[in-house]
Amino acid sequence: MHGSFTRILAATAMLVAVALPPVVANGQDVIKIGWAISKTGPYAAGANITLLGAYKVWVKDVNDAGGIMLQSAGKKVPVEIIEYDDRSNSEELIKALERLISQDKVDFILPPWSTAFNLAAGPILNRGGYPHLAVTATTDRAPELAKRWPNSFWLLGTATEAAVSLVDLLTKLRAEGKIDGNVAMISVADQFGIDVSAAARDAFKKANFAIAYDKSYPLGTQDLQPLLTDAMRTNAPTFIALSYPPDTLMINEQAKVLNYSPKVFYTAVGTAFPLFKQKFGANAEGVMGTGGINADSQEFKDYVKRHAAVNNGMEPDRWANPVGYASLQILQQAIERVGKLDRAAVVKEIQSGSFDTIIGPIKFVDNLRKNAWQVGQWQGGEYYGVAPGSNAGARPLAFPKPAWK
Amino acid sequence: MLALDIFLSGLVLGGMYALAALGLTLQYGVARIMNLSYGEFLVAAALGSYSLYAGIGVSPMVGLVVVMPVAFALNWLIYRILLMPLVRRAKNRDVLEVDSILATFGLLFVVQGIALVIFGGQYYSFSYLSIPVSVLGSTVALNRLIALLFAAVIGSAIYLSLTRTRGGTALRAVAVDPVAAGLVAIDVKRACAFAFALGGALVAAAGVLISMFLTFNASMGVVFTMKALIVVIMGGVGNMLGALVAGLLLGVGETAVARLLDPGLTLAATYCLFLAVLLVRPTGLFGRQAR
Repeated sequence: MHGSFTRILAATAMLVAVALPPVVANGQDVIKIGWAISKTGPYAAGANITLLGAYKVWVKDVNDAGGIMLQSAGKKVPVEIIEYDDRSNSEELIKALERLISQDKVDFILPPWSTAFNLAAGPILNRGGYPHLAVTATTDRAPELAKRWPNSFWLLGTATEAAVSLVDLLTKLRAEGKIDGNVAMISVADQFGIDVSAAARDAFKKANFAIAYDKSYPLGTQDLQPLLTDAMRTNAPTFIALSYPPDTLMINEQAKVLNYSPKVFYTAVGTAFPLFKQKFGANAEGVMGTGGINADSQEFKDYVKRHAAVNNGMEPDRWANPVGYASLQILQQAIERVGKLDRAAVVKEIQSGSFDTIIGPIKFVDNLRKNAWQVGQWQGGEYYGVAPGSNAGARPLAFPKPAWK
Repeated sequence: MLALDIFLSGLVLGGMYALAALGLTLQYGVARIMNLSYGEFLVAAALGSYSLYAGIGVSPMVGLVVVMPVAFALNWLIYRILLMPLVRRAKNRDVLEVDSILATFGLLFVVQGIALVIFGGQYYSFSYLSIPVSVLGSTVALNRLIALLFAAVIGSAIYLSLTRTRGGTALRAVAVDPVAAGLVAIDVKRACAFAFALGGALVAAAGVLISMFLTFNASMGVVFTMKALIVVIMGGVGNMLGALVAGLLLGVGETAVARLLDPGLTLAATYCLFLAVLLVRPTGLFGRQAR
């Protein structure tokens, strides 16, 4: 009886130990932040310039200030990073995220780069209850995903918003008699190009524009001169390329060689990169692209300097990079307001609170950020946001695009 | 005129493809090394050219003079240190091919890793000689035209030296039958190392010239390796003229499809052309018949 009593006691103790919630292993000395990002592979270039740069600046800014203020610890707690390379491979991404959650037991996870990867990470972060601030994701499914994953937040707007914003701008120009209703459009045959061009076709039809040239090209095409030559022959005053960074740079360069300078010239992703201005110099003037920023804001100008200092002289892009940094400011402010490392409470705070960031005040509506910059333009050596015109710092469109020099 | 326009821009694009493939046809054709890290060296040379241009303002044309000998020496060393052991123990050429695939696959990651550490993952791009040139009424970018001319000149020069000079003939002998070549007092190891190194110098030249107009990053090597492989096999392994012709053919075909049919079909058209050539001539356009 003595033996069985001891055994029962031991069994009960074991059961109680298992039934109790796990003790927070991190203590209060450090906040563990993890991320899986594409450091190698085809996504590496985009991930590097848009996300990783911003992450590094944020970590430095936070730790330089002493850390994130936690009421439960009664002091500022520094941030510790655990980083994995997903090698631009979605299976590696998922493995890395699982590792961060179950093995490294990080407190918060920062999202990966690209729409596809944010969609892949969504369910895992949702299951783990981690706030998922999806910055580099442009998808029309955002509202539906925000409902399915209430811990997810979508900061860059949808493909439809991107297309509609541009078409609205063109409609205004046409009403002012500056352009006619003909458009030449090319798009990259990848998720982004396909989604936005479909939305654009719809919007153009509703606004009574005629798409005189409408072609898509495979990702990685090394010569776009044939398409540009044919677009040129339509004599449409508006040229739109829903392109990715290597194509964006090539299109601008080949358009210059062909002396193809329509009144409205738009190349999508990559126009907002500092590399664009570096390569084209004065020829960047007047070129339009996705995104935009209130480049006059002092906060942004300071951010550019800090970013260059941390990232070997590399400046941030003028679109998603500052949004990435802003998303981390939101995370930090939410953690500080909640006062402890309670992920569910942080998610609730992000859902309902208003936050001050380098791109201005942000308040999510149904987990979506409204009024994201959709169209920008290089004016006087800096990339400014042009549409939506109601955003603070919006500049009027400089029309027409000056001739290539 | 549309046909002329298509033909000329196709030639220029094809020139780039051919240029990228010349080195591999030597490395694979003569030294029998299926160099999977081929594209990484092209990208490394492009990054090097960028550093010279952005860093100290050295034009890529001058950079060629620096990069080619360095690449030659580097590839000679790689052959002697990394690949010689494989060559020595390979019982025949097929075994060597398989072994070299594995070894160069590893080399791919080494070179890419070093490039990533030094240059990071971001895009690099600069414009050099991005001047329009009017050729027979069509507009062509000068830097791309230079790439085409370089490919044509070097390709022909090497072809001529392979067929008309003694050293070149020795290389061809090694390509046909290394054992027999050894029997007629050709230093096979030296010849292979030379071919490999020369291929390396050519790919470095390709990298420098292509960097003048294309945007590149440290992870793009595989793209070029694939393209070079298609051109080399389509043209006939080991044949310089074959690589040149195949590259030009692919370029013209791709441009024709983009202008006349639909730009979305260019990839499909390229591979269809590749398949068609191999169906008609399994050893490539100018390839040797099966031994």
